[in-house]
Amino acid sequence: MARSSDDVPAWVDLALLPLVNLLAAFAIAAVVIAILGENPFKALWVLFYGALGYGEAIGFTLYYATNFIFTGLAVAVAFHAGLFNIGGEGQAYLGGLGCGLVGLALGGWPPAIVLPLAVLAAMLFGAAWAFIPGYLQAKRGSHIVITTIMFNFIAAALMTYLLVNVFIKPGQQSPESREFDPSSWMPFVHEVAARVGITIARSPLNMSVVVALVASVGVWVFLWRTRWGYALRVVGHNETAAVYGGIAPVRVVIGAMALSGALAGLVGVNAIMGDQHRLILNFTGGYGFVGIAVALMGRNHPVGICLAALLFGALYQGGAELSFDLPRLTKEVVVVIQGLIILFCGAFEGLFRPRLLALFRRAPAPAPAKA
Amino acid sequence: MGENGVLLLLMIDATVRVATPLVLAALAGLFAERSGVVDIGLEGKMLGASFAAAAVATVTGSPWLGLVAAVLVSMALSMVHAVACVTYNGNQVVSGMALNILMAGLAPTLAFAWFSQGGQTPMLGPGARFAPIVLPFAEALAPVPVLGAIYGRISGHNVLVYIAALSVPLVAFVLYRTRFGLRLRAVGENPQAVDTAGISVAGLRYRALLCNGVLCGLSGAYLSIAHGAGFVRDMTAGKGYLALAALIFGKWRPLPTLLACLLFAFTDALQARLQGAVLPGLGAIPVQAIQALPYVLTVLLLAGFVGKAMAPKAIGIPYVKER
Repeated sequence: MARSSDDVPAWVDLALLPLVNLLAAFAIAAVVIAILGENPFKALWVLFYGALGYGEAIGFTLYYATNFIFTGLAVAVAFHAGLFNIGGEGQAYLGGLGCGLVGLALGGWPPAIVLPLAVLAAMLFGAAWAFIPGYLQAKRGSHIVITTIMFNFIAAALMTYLLVNVFIKPGQQSPESREFDPSSWMPFVHEVAARVGITIARSPLNMSVVVALVASVGVWVFLWRTRWGYALRVVGHNETAAVYGGIAPVRVVIGAMALSGALAGLVGVNAIMGDQHRLILNFTGGYGFVGIAVALMGRNHPVGICLAALLFGALYQGGAELSFDLPRLTKEVVVVIQGLIILFCGAFEGLFRPRLLALFRRAPAPAPAKA
Repeated sequence: MGENGVLLLLMIDATVRVATPLVLAALAGLFAERSGVVDIGLEGKMLGASFAAAAVATVTGSPWLGLVAAVLVSMALSMVHAVACVTYNGNQVVSGMALNILMAGLAPTLAFAWFSQGGQTPMLGPGARFAPIVLPFAEALAPVPVLGAIYGRISGHNVLVYIAALSVPLVAFVLYRTRFGLRLRAVGENPQAVDTAGISVAGLRYRALLCNGVLCGLSGAYLSIAHGAGFVRDMTAGKGYLALAALIFGKWRPLPTLLACLLFAFTDALQARLQGAVLPGLGAIPVQAIQALPYVLTVLLLAGFVGKAMAPKAIGIPYVKER
């Protein structure tokens, strides 16, 4: 996915281009909102205030952003290996199952043991769910996009089965497990802050956000500072060259998918151990798909992904407020914006990019001889 | 006729009802993918079309105008996909995903603002949706044993079911017996060769995606104004992806794709029947296992454990003309 753009200033490629794409997406969304008979600027203000205007809102925004960092990193790691992982949704679902099992089984154990185990279990289950499509792609040549789509549906069926038949609390109708013992909850940030004497508004924001930041740094180190990360990027760039360089693409592809799945699985830690404290249906709520937008917007770099995740976190939180203040809008407006961002940052990348790069080209490169 | 016979007929009816949108959408995907353009946007186009059909049918009271609107919306979305993937050489998977997400947001947003019913359209009256058609002689033949029962089953569906049934031989004919079909298949296998022959690769892919839009529009319209009576939130519920799975399971060929659709639809009908049923020797089969069956089968097929899936060779690769 990386492209050479040596002859333009880096900020054009890394900041201006995503910004222009973002503006195009917002402009079209504004037209839609205007057609529906609401004032787009008022909608933008409601979104902004609803996401960042007060303490609780900021907490929610950061909580959603945490999910999006995980799924964005998951998509990016696979992208760098030349793979398109659409299965973040299913991998996150399974990750939730992994840490949920730890929460159910080890209730009452000290948090210092349960929490690391929960994180590991979430990563392991997510990785396992991505390992199979990775293996099938590398060894049997089945297309990763289709397989991961299918695995999303299989994950949904599996989780419904488990919740309806296995984990359901006895004598209850709704398919959800019993609540975990509070010792296995990921501590809320407002609780941790209260312990050191800082008062923060209550929100689902929990210490998983720290895990997300650590994961971001970890992914950066892995991709750009280790041999494995180098091998992964070489395979993504040019598989033939990788083979000549003594890299086995099969192992890289499987490894990259497993890592990608592990990152997506961490959504389970944030949503299940950090917020719900029990296993429920559909807690992934499309986070896996948002990860695609986040990775595209963030140019597959951890810094960009964290910023894009913040943006989408704000959109998710602010969007929930839209319907209260603007009676003709629903929270799905945010999904429209999300779709438009994927369209402009991903599919229509070729629309603005060549024009923008031409504008900022440092020196008129000598035109290569063309036949 | 015994109880089992009645049950069988009910199962066939249910299978036909579920298979119709799958067949139309899978054939839509067939046009795109045989021309070398990946189409995971079937779901979004179906959803957009089903909303357009219901909205227009609600306002005008005419299912035919609803059908036209559905086809136009779906074709417009196909053209967005074409501009992104064929003209700008964008990533085809990303574009399809974008359409899916865009429509998942736009359809309920528009429905909410225009009809104020919480993201759905009002229930359609009998005149505003496609009613079952009783074929000629169906009643006269009814007393005839076997033949009457069979013909009775064929009769009594709505017009889109018959269109879906006819579209299979039609698509097969276009694909294998016309010049356009030959070129379409060629452009999906070896676009360089087609280009060398002086035929526009982009032009062919655009036309393939127009056909794709028409069929997808019919599929979406079926959901909201023929099978259902109005648009509801997330109406497609993964049917676009299931159609994609059927297309792959049918190895990108019309007749096997039809059979795959029927198989998937039959498992769906079976699943509704088998709620809590206990099979001898196997115990109770979880409903979810049957629901997941089409997806598992497709994965197994792709992995080469059930036959071999041979995708069009140039699929997913933008064609950049050499200069």
